[in-house]
Amino acid sequence: MLPRRRVVLLAACAAIPQAIAIPPAIATPAQVSLLIQELVGDAPLKDGLIHLDLPVMVENGNSVSMTVSVADPPSPVEAIHVFAEGNPLPRVAVFHFGPRSGAPRVATRMRLATSQTVIAIAKLRDGTCWRDSVDLLVTLAACIE
Amino acid sequence: MTVRVLINVPKLIRANQPFDVKVLISHPMEPGQRRDQMGKIIPRDIINSFSCALDGEKVLDIEMFPAIAANPFLSFSVVAEKSGTLTMTFTDDDGVTQTETASVTVT
Repeated sequence: MLPRRRVVLLAACAAIPQAIAIPPAIATPAQVSLLIQELVGDAPLKDGLIHLDLPVMVENGNSVSMTVSVADPPSPVEAIHVFAEGNPLPRVAVFHFGPRSGAPRVATRMRLATSQTVIAIAKLRDGTCWRDSVDLLVTLAACIE
Repeated sequence: MTVRVLINVPKLIRANQPFDVKVLISHPMEPGQRRDQMGKIIPRDIINSFSCALDGEKVLDIEMFPAIAANPFLSFSVVAEKSGTLTMTFTDDDGVTQTETASVTVT
């Protein structure tokens, strides 16, 4: 016969899985790289040209200022895609630029669910793709509350 | 539901010189991930697309996802040859489209 405290311990272990709340599913870096591969296709993907501006230390993940820009592109920028590897959904935004755009630069505010890597991809009309990423630390996460 | 939109266009604009336009839309951008007190998921309600044109010519189209913060703020660059009207159109998850305009005066 098992000692009483062992029985209690076993019972406690059995109860643990129910006690742990199911965390919200988050995107994975693999998912993001698949999305990027889908977007880029066979075109070469190089680092540089595009600049993603985000704070490295984020106090409040509910509203984080983000600026993406492409400096002196050799051909017009068609679109800039932004991905967050640690958010429940990896996509953040897609910006498509038209002929009346003064410069390929957009600023907005985004949500971050956890400390993670944010990636920006610029697609130029000549078919080349450029990449920039920022690793950041988030103190207060968004999306949970 | 119409929402409040603030648009900022600079007063002094020169022809063919880029200028920044700032837009602030008051919208909760409910991400569809949060739960209420009963544990039920609060349904997603975000602005999913935004587009801006100057006299019918495209400036910028944006596809938005729940990772855009509540009360979306946007700042982007526009270039004008002559005075005209900026038209901004956005659609939310209920399919409601709202259009706002701002005039651009080239001096």
